[in-house]
Amino acid sequence: MLKKLALAATLALAPVSGAYAAGAAGEVTNYDFSFEGPFGTFDQAQLQRGLQVYTQVCSACHGMKYVPLRTLSVEDGPGMPEDQVRAYAAQFFEVYDEEIEDFRPARPTDHFPENNAAGAPDLSMMAKARAGFHGPYGLGINQFFKGMGGPEYIASLLAGYTGEEKEEAGVILYENKAFPGGWISMGPPLYGDDVEYSDGTEATIEQQSKDVAAFLMWAAEPKMMARKQAGFVGVVFLTVLSVLLYLTNKRIWAPVKARAKE
Amino acid sequence: MSGIPHDHYEPKSGGEKWIHSRLPIVGLIYDTIMIPTPKNLNWMWIWGIVLTFCLALQIITGIVLAMHYTPHVDLAFGSIEHIMRNVNGGAVLRYLHMNGASLFFVAVYLHIFRGLYYGSYKAPREITWIIGMLIYLLMMGTAFMGYVLPWGQMSFWGATVITGLFGAIPFIGESIQTWLLGGPAVDNATLNRFFSLHYLLPFVIAGLVIVHIWAFHTTGNNNPTGVEVRRTSKADAEKDTLPFWPYFVIKDLFALAVILVVFFAVVGFMPNYLGHPDNYIEANPLATPAHIVPEWYFLPFYAILRAFDTEVWLVIAVNFLTGGIIDAKFFGVLAMFGAILVMALAPWLDTSSVRSGRYRPMFKMWFWVFVVNFVVLTWVGAMPAEGIYPYIALIGSTYWFAYFLVILPLLGVLEKPLPQPETIEEDFKAHYGKSSTTDGAPAATPAE
Repeated sequence: MLKKLALAATLALAPVSGAYAAGAAGEVTNYDFSFEGPFGTFDQAQLQRGLQVYTQVCSACHGMKYVPLRTLSVEDGPGMPEDQVRAYAAQFFEVYDEEIEDFRPARPTDHFPENNAAGAPDLSMMAKARAGFHGPYGLGINQFFKGMGGPEYIASLLAGYTGEEKEEAGVILYENKAFPGGWISMGPPLYGDDVEYSDGTEATIEQQSKDVAAFLMWAAEPKMMARKQAGFVGVVFLTVLSVLLYLTNKRIWAPVKARAKE
Repeated sequence: MSGIPHDHYEPKSGGEKWIHSRLPIVGLIYDTIMIPTPKNLNWMWIWGIVLTFCLALQIITGIVLAMHYTPHVDLAFGSIEHIMRNVNGGAVLRYLHMNGASLFFVAVYLHIFRGLYYGSYKAPREITWIIGMLIYLLMMGTAFMGYVLPWGQMSFWGATVITGLFGAIPFIGESIQTWLLGGPAVDNATLNRFFSLHYLLPFVIAGLVIVHIWAFHTTGNNNPTGVEVRRTSKADAEKDTLPFWPYFVIKDLFALAVILVVFFAVVGFMPNYLGHPDNYIEANPLATPAHIVPEWYFLPFYAILRAFDTEVWLVIAVNFLTGGIIDAKFFGVLAMFGAILVMALAPWLDTSSVRSGRYRPMFKMWFWVFVVNFVVLTWVGAMPAEGIYPYIALIGSTYWFAYFLVILPLLGVLEKPLPQPETIEEDFKAHYGKSSTTDGAPAATPAE
């Protein structure tokens, strides 16, 4: 009875995540990321490369208004030295300061600026706001094993342009294998060697796509490592507690059950 | 408090007597946790503790979250990100609260199914059942309003769809909807009142939980046999029962710890699995999501709501007979609330004289179909209302109502129940005693 009910509960839970397969879902490659799984961590070098791609390419149109610049120095994140963050903020970003009623170079205490110029969506939570994996049949099994697929979707999208384009109602649409429906209004942002990586990594389209996707996952979930650690500690302690309570329970009930045999 | 004879608290020292004659609170606590509990309770009787834990977890995490949250349409979404990024431990706290709601509903559904299988709703426990149904309704209201607070896309559009249901009420619907929302559409006034109520209702639930416990402490717990504890004397009662502390407290805590292992794994390793990605996009009244899907725990009722569309002959007939007053939309709303109403009426719809499903061979089958049907409705509620899905939803919804309105009343007449044990003691001995290895009768098999 309990087993059956537990199974029923599991099944009842399952449908949730796959629920929103909208129309023709795109092809999303299941890229490997260092932060996957219960013990996965961010790859600092990759986050720094991704930041470079974001700064030099994406930020032209996309803002990231919920991400504080100071968090770039967080150790389990990009881990940049604080003076480097200060220099970086001042060099690349300007923010509007209400006190002086004018723009000034950004400081670590500011957030990444928002950018509404091209009507492009903010990227702060993009890696959590998209799901790469669905179903099958709304059962959520794919997401259970592969994860929600936000970063995979972003990487697949950036590397998914076929080169075809068409004009619809005055808007140019670009064919993209990963985009649901197949046609996206964002032009291909990467062509290969768009940035020059200082660590010598070859800046192919796929490499840059993966790097910026990893960076955006960090931007969306900067406390991922702390969260996994809290989860792990919780699981370990509660497992120990479960064993102790199991033994206590067994011992308390032993005389009662023994009496039943008489 | 309990009708089962047992020892009561006796103040011994002078200090204890001094307090007891002024406020008998120690006696109240003693009688509550030493309540005689049927010794044959199986593992399906642990959900009450899990639910109590969930309520406490949600209230504690919620109070802290409320210290950092801003209920304003321009600031709410950002304040959640503030919690996730800047507040110490904020991300874990928020994920606990988010997934705590799911654990709450997993537990409440299993708790309700337990009650349905073992006939816990039957006399004399009808009031316990009704209070439980009220708690469940309040839980749904609280969870729904809580989901609106982050002010993401699903928050906003979910609120728009669900409050729109009230707009389907004939004649006065639109006025009610405007009154509920505080304006013509979901907006700042809506967010503010939802926040206020989301903070209030858990305390109302806590009050009802006390009444719920009071009620079943008066009648005594049901148990897997459905046979009542003997109340002829204290000695007889003690053969059937054990005090709640320590026997059931430790047992329940063990079960809770095991469940929390899974819960912490979900919170730590896949906290967004049960959520919807669209809710990480700030609410935008100008952009409707492709599919508006409620949280998983509403899906069975969402499926029932959508099942009765304009193509169902019953809906067409009712629409015609009422001169268009009850249209398809309002019919769906009535069906959704009716689904919970018929469940609340189970004590009077079930005509069988046997309480526990263990001794009801026909009932058992229909019950498991009901459970499977519930899972199917949950699944179909998440699918788009096109193709074959509306038909599945319609069949599932029909079975839901048939189970309560036709099957339960008829089974009491048609079914020949199996023999029940005379006493709880007998059942307990059959399970743990020597005979348990040789006795293959269904009555001796605990439903664990």
